[in-house]
Amino acid sequence: MSKEKLKGYKEIPIGGLITEPGSAKKFKTGDWRSFRPVWLQDKCTHCMICPPSCPDDCIPTEGNLPNIKRKETDFDYCKGCGICAQVCPFKAIEMKEESGFIK
Amino acid sequence: MAKIKALTGAEASAEAMRQINPDVCAAFPITPQTPVMQKFAEFVADGIVKSEFICVESEHSAMSACVGSSAAGARTMTATSSAGLALMWEILGIASGLRLPIVMTIVNRALSAPINIHCDHSDSMGARDQGWVQIYSENAQESYENTLLAVRLAEKVLLPVMVCQDGFITSHGVENVAVYDDNKVKSFVGELKPYKPLLNVDDPVTYGPLQLTDYYFETKRQQEPAMEEAKKAYQAIGKELKKITGNDYGYFEEYQLKDAKAAIVVLNSTAGTTKAVIDKLRQKGKKVGLLKIKLFRPFPYEEVGRALKNISSIAVLDRSESFGANAPVFGEIKNALYDAKSKAKLHSCIFGLGGRNIYEKDIEDLFSKLLTNKLKGKEYIGVR
Repeated sequence: MSKEKLKGYKEIPIGGLITEPGSAKKFKTGDWRSFRPVWLQDKCTHCMICPPSCPDDCIPTEGNLPNIKRKETDFDYCKGCGICAQVCPFKAIEMKEESGFIK
Repeated sequence: MAKIKALTGAEASAEAMRQINPDVCAAFPITPQTPVMQKFAEFVADGIVKSEFICVESEHSAMSACVGSSAAGARTMTATSSAGLALMWEILGIASGLRLPIVMTIVNRALSAPINIHCDHSDSMGARDQGWVQIYSENAQESYENTLLAVRLAEKVLLPVMVCQDGFITSHGVENVAVYDDNKVKSFVGELKPYKPLLNVDDPVTYGPLQLTDYYFETKRQQEPAMEEAKKAYQAIGKELKKITGNDYGYFEEYQLKDAKAAIVVLNSTAGTTKAVIDKLRQKGKKVGLLKIKLFRPFPYEEVGRALKNISSIAVLDRSESFGANAPVFGEIKNALYDAKSKAKLHSCIFGLGGRNIYEKDIEDLFSKLLTNKLKGKEYIGVR
């Protein structure tokens, strides 16, 4: 959820329209997650199968081919669907219960 | 100058659409609405209008196509009846919730079951809380003029508008209709200046996003002031239209009401029959009158209350039922009179379901019962 103060009915565009492009970025869906993909860096070969498999585009990468590397999952948006763990040929992503990470 | 044409109510609505020349029309045929779109499709085929006519596969699709086209920024119109309106139900609330100024002719017809094609108001009355403005028309002339007014009203307040007329009685009956000068009407209707059209790539917007507990309530809260605004705009736009037609566009019409002791409240074609009876009874010195509702949503409570508060005996005629509750028009009149602190004897009368005819004699009997205080409770006129 966005941390912005919720507006009153006179302050929002009529008809529930969203008048700002790209605003979905403000809607942090990471708190929907009940399982967390834990990235095991020692097993990861940076094969680049997981980043395009993520439906929320939340596995960032850096560099260009052939020296491209993935980075840590963006947990602001990761919903914990587990597709990355499923597609990983090296078992370098493990799904763990989110409750174990709550501080 | 107005041209007098012999038109059915359905053709009169199509004639208004010819002059409006909407960008898009998406419709599905249903009795008794069919001749509206049949006539309009002829105008399209003959190149008299430039409208894009979309033949869809159902009314659910018709209203969905209208929602898309209106959001895209096109002036959009359609028409339906009965089961067609029922099938549109889900999308009716989307059109009003997204604040799309769609104008729709409703040719009133009974809802199933039993299946029936004739006139009553259960279709549009059932849709009265869907956030649409509703205007009711007594005859072909009013259907034509109300349609012109509706386009301006819808686009001014960004609410969809239904213009209703009685199935068969009005839609298929030929009357003399004064059709006003094309250029004058076109300049009255003007060009649509769409609010945040989807096709404007320089100002990208999203229509219809999910709003849960955070913003749904606020978006619905906006529809109420829009209705209040519609009430004001209806009169202002009516005054402008009067310059062309010479006719008044009140929230309702008062006929011999000022000194009346007994009054009938009714909408659509039965108001015409009631006027004929009033003329007859007035000649015999009976103080009887009529209040014909034109604008039903938003409902003009205060004004109706003022107009009726000194009348001692009132019958409200409804051509639809609200089973287990006050009939739709009756309930509103009762509300208005409570606020006006009226002490009138108020009666609910149900008539004409499924097209059962109501005759001058029935209305004459009703007036005589009203004048002699012989009405008890809820009446059903013409039922066995």
